[in-house]
Formats: sequence, structure tokens, C-alpha cells
Amino acid sequence: MSTSSREPLLRMENITKRFSGVTVLGDVCFDVRPGEVHALIGENGAGKSTLMKIVTGLYEADSGKVFWKGSPVEIKTPHQAHVLGINIVHQELILVPQLSIGENIFLGRHPVGGGLSRWVRWGDINNQAKSLLEGLGHPLDPTRTVAELSIAEQQLVEIARALAFSAELIIMDEPTSPLSEHETTRLFRTISQLKARGVSIVYISHRLKEIHQVADRVTVLRDGRHIATKPIAETTTDNLVRYMVGREISEQFSDKSPHVNGEEALRVEGLTARGKFSDISFSVRRGEIVGLAGLVGAGRTELVETLFGAGEVESGKVYLDGQPVAIKTPIDAVRHRLALVADDRKAKGLVLGGSIRFNVALAAPKKFARYGVFLNSAREREVANRLARELHLKTPSVEQQVMYLSGGGQQKVVLAKWLSADSKVFILDEPTRGIDVGSKAEIYDLIRRLAERGVAVLVVSSELEEILNLADRILVMHRGRIAGELAREDATDESIMQLATGGDVH
Amino acid sequence: MATSGAPPSAPSDLPSDSQRWRRAGSSMMRRFGPLLGLLVTSAILSFLSPYFLTFDNLINVFRQSSINALLALGQLLVIITAGIDLSVGSILGLSCVLVAMMLKAGVPWPLCILAGACVGTVLGMMNGLLLTKLRLPHPFIPTLGMMNVARGLAFVISGGFPISELPQGFRFWGAGTIAYIPVPVILVVAIYALFHVFLTRTTFGRDVYAIGGNKQAAMFSGIPVDRRLTMVYAMSGGLAALGAIVLAGRLNSGFPLAGDGAELDAIAAVIIGGASFFGGVGTVWGTLIGALIMGVLRNGLTLLNVSPNWQKVVIGVVIVAAVWIDVLRQRTSTKRKLARK
Repeated sequence: MSTSSREPLLRMENITKRFSGVTVLGDVCFDVRPGEVHALIGENGAGKSTLMKIVTGLYEADSGKVFWKGSPVEIKTPHQAHVLGINIVHQELILVPQLSIGENIFLGRHPVGGGLSRWVRWGDINNQAKSLLEGLGHPLDPTRTVAELSIAEQQLVEIARALAFSAELIIMDEPTSPLSEHETTRLFRTISQLKARGVSIVYISHRLKEIHQVADRVTVLRDGRHIATKPIAETTTDNLVRYMVGREISEQFSDKSPHVNGEEALRVEGLTARGKFSDISFSVRRGEIVGLAGLVGAGRTELVETLFGAGEVESGKVYLDGQPVAIKTPIDAVRHRLALVADDRKAKGLVLGGSIRFNVALAAPKKFARYGVFLNSAREREVANRLARELHLKTPSVEQQVMYLSGGGQQKVVLAKWLSADSKVFILDEPTRGIDVGSKAEIYDLIRRLAERGVAVLVVSSELEEILNLADRILVMHRGRIAGELAREDATDESIMQLATGGDVH
Repeated sequence: MATSGAPPSAPSDLPSDSQRWRRAGSSMMRRFGPLLGLLVTSAILSFLSPYFLTFDNLINVFRQSSINALLALGQLLVIITAGIDLSVGSILGLSCVLVAMMLKAGVPWPLCILAGACVGTVLGMMNGLLLTKLRLPHPFIPTLGMMNVARGLAFVISGGFPISELPQGFRFWGAGTIAYIPVPVILVVAIYALFHVFLTRTTFGRDVYAIGGNKQAAMFSGIPVDRRLTMVYAMSGGLAALGAIVLAGRLNSGFPLAGDGAELDAIAAVIIGGASFFGGVGTVWGTLIGALIMGVLRNGLTLLNVSPNWQKVVIGVVIVAAVWIDVLRQRTSTKRKLARK
């Protein structure tokens, strides 16, 4: 933990920022020492991203001062931030999908030949890109197009991009949310290497356990105010949560109450899609929660999306309630009362410009329509209001556009959509990614209540703690195959990880 | 799992009153902006020319805008899905010639109208099928192809010559009046009312907005995207054929060059009327106002003896201005989105 207490690398004093009269940051002070990992936490809307946008030149503070290496600075553009040595790895990735990994990493800063030659040195680009990615534990071919990569792999490229230059301060915004525990550990190793080189890191994350592993100090923001800054050793997860939320959240994970395990709702036999997964067989019963664990790239998202009809199947059979079904498109899936809460809610789950009511009614047109054709707004509003209450969705009205909700709020709308469609099989892919602590707990509660109501639930998650606490049974995938199955009682972090990395469990 | 006490106040999850007013203001601009534009333009023109604000002239404006209005309605549907239909002018030409030839051959006019409408719808459906089945990257491509194909066919089957002197019964649809109001105007109002209900009150309409708002999310919600898109392009083609019928009726002739460039006027009307190229946004009545604004401009400038060439310049400027306003609107809403975090 030792970082010599020299002059802080970055010091922000009394930063205030208002948007249309709403104070988003009020008198916030924040500093980062050289070679330190400083975690920045707070619920969605607490002001973390806004604060970082000020440091990286996207916003200007209404008042307050920023000091870099002791001297006052005004960072008015992202370019100025880069020149100072401040880099950020965004939560919402900003890569150019059509270009290759190497090109993205060196975007705008291509190394060129010496002297008169201005030709770009592609060899250098690809070699350096390769070693950066290897250093992050994920050797990707730097000539591959970014569009082909999964979200998790893209984020790795973004991290490599920030690392590619002599940044002195790297801000990481939820860097591990698409990474599995394995990758996360490797990332932490890279972070320690950076620390040893004297690079500082601002680590924004909702994952409090990780923060205890990697951070030196932690700062908590709430509602735009600075609540506390402490050395990590002086904090516990519980009191951090209390700082963040302002109240107690007791036991995110209660003991699971035994519930009815009914008949088999979903059965998959020998499902294969070339290049993505092979010979997948499993079943889910009514009232059961089956977890699907594995590393990034194991094929879980591909599997569940194919189950939902959004991918090609080479061979294999799927049975619903014992009957064989052919699900070739999501239209079939919805007709058979399947639900998919996809991993990327903004891209796959919501029409952001639409209202809550609009989005909730999307999957169940016949339910709300007279003669199956004419919309019934009163009924839609009624159902949307009821679901909003049930899910504790904070909103003045269901006519509110979904784009203005927080991540947790948006995810609740997606859940409401499928609830209103009376789905019998719920597939959730990373249901709590990028969601604040309070909403997470509410979503876990909802998943359990779903199971109690007799819905068959399949949860894909990279958060081991999440899977361990939710699932009755855990399937672990490794490289497109099911490596093993663990009952609740037998499952531990290690046993899951062993299966996920291709080992055996004894 | 229990959370003790009241939920924490997270006011930044919800818009403040002033933010809500701003947002209401922005959506008001979207809804009433075009109407305001129409009223302002009309007011200015009525000052500049004494002939403008007469009943005859205004009815004239409406009648002259009716064909564009019909095409623009189809284009609106397509643009809401974040697409475009470049073929409507050519489909109009082909339908025009076809209907004229059938009439001249003695086919009773109701059948001709039906046939014309069918041809337009089928051609439009082909646009949709090409787009969805061939998985073409953008509707620009099949409709560009169709634009050329239909226009070529129009010349082929007509030999390049106009077909004139059409039967009286048919001409009613383009040139007749009911209680001093031109039939095309009544047609436009009726069809627009129908489509207003269609777009705002049916599941089909909601699906169209969803597809434009986020095609992938629409697909993942079980909406039959390909089917809806095909239907939308079919409607665009069908409305173009209706425009052909009105045109042939008015000019008393069918000619292969009919509707040349009409697609661009249709797109202009849709955009001026407040729809967004990005999809998911746009209203039926806004499009009508867009068509009327163009009609008013053309009419007013003609009354002021401005040459048709300069009129084109003015229309071009208005189009760019309308899109610029759309961009500004988008930018302020994104800024607000950033503020959320």
C-alpha cells in the first residue's frame, strides 16, 4: 500500500457543476497521489462520471480548481488532458468498429517512419498492440476488426489503448464489468505493474470486493457530494455501502428458501453451432434457477441468444414443457413465452427514445390490444404502473423516456417488459452489469420471486458471488462446451473457476 | 433481502422541474415547430402578396401539394424505420403510364385504379423483400435500383409517348370537386386520417416506431421486423400509385416522365415536417404540414413572380434549415443524457 505522500499528482478542490439548475457536483474535493490506485465509488447519479469528465476535459466546472503536479491547470479539451498525461477507459466503449485492433489502439497517434518518411509503421503497431494485449492476458490478433469482438474483448482493447502511451493517470470506468474473475485478476496484475511504474489509477467500480483487492484509497460520492476518503484498510464493504447509500442494506443475499421444483420447462439436447458452442445439453425446471458460469469467450451469450432464436443452429433439439420446438427467430421464442434479458440493454433491450410504457408493451402486443390490433393505452399504463411499483422503479410517470433512467432503472424496464409478456422461461444475461448496489439487490429479489412463481430461470453471469447466491444449480462452460455441473451445496469459487478454465473438479 | 427505511433520495435519477420543462419544450418544438413554420411563412407571404390569402389560392395550394402529400406519407413510414425510398417517383411514373394505357384500352376506370394501386404496392413490396431477404445493408440500395427499373419500364411500355384524353369518370379523381373542394384534397385528408390512426393506435404502428428507434431491440422483443419493413415499403409504393392516379386525372394524360424527382420532394416534406432520418420519430400531421409548407412556398414565390429556378434555391435552403434544427434538437437531448450520469 505504500505510496509516498508527496504532492498529489491530481488535486481537485471545491468542484461544483450544475446542469439546468440541478447541482450534479457540489464542492467536491478529490486528489490522486502518484503511483496510487484510488477507487471512486457511489451510486448511479452520484457524480463520479461527471467528476471524471471534468478531469478529462469534456466538461468545465462551474467553480473550483484543478491542480496537476502542483500547478493550477484548466483542462478544456480532451486533447489537453491527453497532453498532460490523463487518459480514460470509458464504460461505454469508443472504438471504431470497422478498424482493426491495432488501428484503434494507435488511433490518431500512428507511429511513422523516421526522417522524411511519413509512412505508417504497421509492423510496429501490430507488434506493440500484440504485446499490450498479451500483458492484459488476452492475446488477440491485432489485425482483427473490432466489430467482430465481444463487448468484453473490446473493452480490453480500450484498456490497451489507454495503456499504450505514457499516461501518468489512467481513469478506469467500470473496467471489469465485462470481465470474468480470471481476467479481472490479470487486470489487477497489470494495474500493479502500472503502479510500480508510477502510474496512478482512478478506479470507478460498483464491485466493492474488487476495490478491497486493488485500491489503496477509496472516495465515496453521494448525490454530488463528497462523503468520505479513506485508506482502504480502514474500510469494510458494509460501511462503504452505507456511505454510498446513506442507509443500511442488510444482507444482499438472504438464505435461499426452498421452493417448488416443478416439471421440466426447458430441455436442450446436443445443441451445436459451429464456432460458438457444441453439444450443449441441460435442462431447467419450473421454479429452478440455473446459473451459467464461465469465462469471457466461453460461449454463454452465444448459447442463450441462439436459444432465443437469434443465431443459427447446426444440430440439436430443444424441448419446451416436454414438446420439441423449433425456435428460428425471436418471434418464435416470444411466441413460446421465452424471455431474454440480453447482456447489452441499450443495444438489445430498449428503445431509448420511447417511454417506459412503450417499452413495457413491446413484447406483448396482443395482451394490450383490442382485437389484437388497436392499442389500449389505459391498460398499458395500468400494467406499466403496476410493474413500476412492483419493481421499485423511481419515476414520476410511465411516460418518461427510458433514456433518462439510470442503468438500474433501465434494466427494470426490460424486466417489466418480459413480465408483462407472462414469460414462462426467463433467460438473463449479466442482469446486474453496470447497476448500482441498491438496484442490484432489488433485481436479485425479483429473480427469486420469479422462481417462486414457477418461472424457469437461466442466469448467465460472470460474477461468481452472484451466481453462487442465486443459483440452485450451476453449469460451467469452457470453450463452447459444458465443462461441468455443480449443485448449490458443492459450488465454490474454486470449483467453478477450475471448470471454467478447463480443469477438473475433484 | 430487506432494505430498511425509505428508499434513498437519488434526485439525479429523476429530472428536476426545470429539466422537465426544457424537455417538454424540446418535444413541443418537435410537434408544433412545423405548424409554426407554416403559419409564419403564410403570414409573411400574405403580407407580400395580396392574392395569397384568398380562398381560391389556398385551395389551390392544397390541391397542388396533394400529390406530394401522398408520396410523403409513404416516405414518412419508411423514414420512421430509419430507411428511405428513392423509387416512389419512378413507381408513380410507371403506374401513371399503366393506368392510362388500360383506360385507353377500354378497361373500366375502377379496375384501372385498382390495378394501378396494386402495381405500386407490389413494386414497393419488392423493395421490402429485396431489403430483408437479401439482407442488403441499407434501403438506399434496393430503392435506388427500383427507381431505375421502374422508370425504364415506364418508358418501355409507353414507347416514350404520353397517353392523353382519358375518360371523364376517371378524371374526377384528379380534377373533380365536391362542394368546391378538390377531390385530391379530400382524398389526402381522408388517407392521412386513416394513417394517423394506423400509426398511433395500432400494434403495427408501434412496431414501426420501435424498429426505427432500435431495430435490434425490436427484434429481440419478438417483433417481426422483416415483415413490418416489407409492409412499410409496400405502402410507400401503393401511395405513390395513388399519387399517379391523381396526377393522371389532373393532367388528363399519363406520361412516362411523371413523378421525375418526386421522391426528393417527398423526403423534403417529411423532414420539414419534423421526422428524423435517424428513425423512430415523425408524425402523420407533421408530414402534411411539411408538404403544405413546400406548397405554400412554391405558390407564394410564384405569386411574387420568382422564377421556378430561384424557387428551387429557396426550397433547398429550407430543407437544410429543417434538418439543422433536427440536429440541434438531437444535440441538446444528448447533452442532457450526459448530464444524467
